[in-house]
Amino acid sequence: MVEAVAATRSRDSISNTLLVAITLSLVCSLLVAGAAVLLRPKQLQNAAEYRQSIILEVAGLANSGDPATAFAAIEPRMVELSTGNYVDSPAVEGFDAEDAARDPHLGVRIPAASDIASIRRRARYAPVYLVRSGDAIEQVILPVYGSGLWSTMYGYLSLEADGNTVRGLSFYSHAETPGLGDQVDRPAWRAKWQGKKLFGADGEFYLEVIRGTVVDISRSGASDSRYQVDGLAGATLTGRGVTNLVHYWVGPHGFGPYLAKFRENAGKQP
Amino acid sequence: MSDTRKILVDPLIDKNPITLQVLGICSALAVTTSLMPALLMCAALTSVTAFSNATISSIRSRIPNSIRIIVQMTIIATLVIVVDQLLRAYAFETSKQLSVFVGLIITNCIVMGRAEAFAMKNPVGVSFLDGLGNGLGYSAILIFVATLRELFGGGTLLGYRILPLVSDGGWYEANGLMLLPPSAFFIIGLLIWGIRSWKREQVEHADYQIHEVHRTGVL
Repeated sequence: MVEAVAATRSRDSISNTLLVAITLSLVCSLLVAGAAVLLRPKQLQNAAEYRQSIILEVAGLANSGDPATAFAAIEPRMVELSTGNYVDSPAVEGFDAEDAARDPHLGVRIPAASDIASIRRRARYAPVYLVRSGDAIEQVILPVYGSGLWSTMYGYLSLEADGNTVRGLSFYSHAETPGLGDQVDRPAWRAKWQGKKLFGADGEFYLEVIRGTVVDISRSGASDSRYQVDGLAGATLTGRGVTNLVHYWVGPHGFGPYLAKFRENAGKQP
Repeated sequence: MSDTRKILVDPLIDKNPITLQVLGICSALAVTTSLMPALLMCAALTSVTAFSNATISSIRSRIPNSIRIIVQMTIIATLVIVVDQLLRAYAFETSKQLSVFVGLIITNCIVMGRAEAFAMKNPVGVSFLDGLGNGLGYSAILIFVATLRELFGGGTLLGYRILPLVSDGGWYEANGLMLLPPSAFFIIGLLIWGIRSWKREQVEHADYQIHEVHRTGVL
């Protein structure tokens, strides 16, 4: 009995409390760090493969056989955003848009007035992915990202040869509200993007993720459903973020100059 | 039944963490839309409960009383992070579907509850078994719910078509409610009703009784 009391006392002493706390923190941090470091290469590979599968998905090529073969048929090119010209350096392989945006030479600050997607900095260059059928370019896939409600959402936007019609939009990384905003990466919502138009005949950007469900123009006549995508219930701000990031990346500060040239040359050899 | 076996088997039905103790409901609603993520979640939770119980039990005589909850939490959190990293490396697709719910195992009452109620007072071996048993009890319910929801919500099991859908020319009209979280509530509720009608001893006693009072005065 006396021994037990003594044991409890030494166990509850300040020195033992500190000892246990420090040892435990050390051991646990080593375990967590070890797992993170050892598994990182595998996780990066998974992430890269997943991005490729999303590119295939927005291009509508997800079900055309082996993903590696299908992806090899897509031509990656690097674009200088300010001029809209193709460049050979930096290479698409190994290019990290986020690292480049932070780099003083490769990144630029986005003026507050143009920063619709709330991303503050972007890289001077961005990769695009060209899908050809025969020699003609059939669609172009652009990497897009911007702020949602909680997180930066990263995805790909595929446009048809007219540089205006959406083929698909998919996100591969975000941390929006589970069950509400995270619907942005669900197939049901992705499917609603196909065939939507970005710009009206006057060249203005009209596309919008609205609140509620798009009413077909043929029935209501009130609004033009070609420029509207169904909103997600309980995720108005995530939807607004999607509108803004698409607006930014196809706008004059994003891929605007490139898309202008793309529209002129589409169908012809670049 | 021997004591050891009892520790492992009891949590399956007689002391099931979900149906008797009504713990861990949140993740049971969230990850049971289809069977595959449910299975992965079960494996994750079972391994975390078993190993956290074993670890906490092995150092239980050294854990100071004043910081015991923090110590348990740290151990559980470490295990959950390691499991989460493993899933992201080796089960990437399914782990995306589980999104935050693997991380939320840290706050799952079952894990904490077993650590505090059992592992702090029992030797390593039986603590491990207790964690394993409770994890399996949780798994049994999740698998049951997920099987029903995937089968009747989408006509598939583990992605294989079992009931041909009307939209694909078959005869089964998919029940959309099954894919929404409330359906898990209904299924678990009906299951608890079923188990408690079968095992009457699980029925909870009423906290208080309303007696009829005869009033003679005029209000």
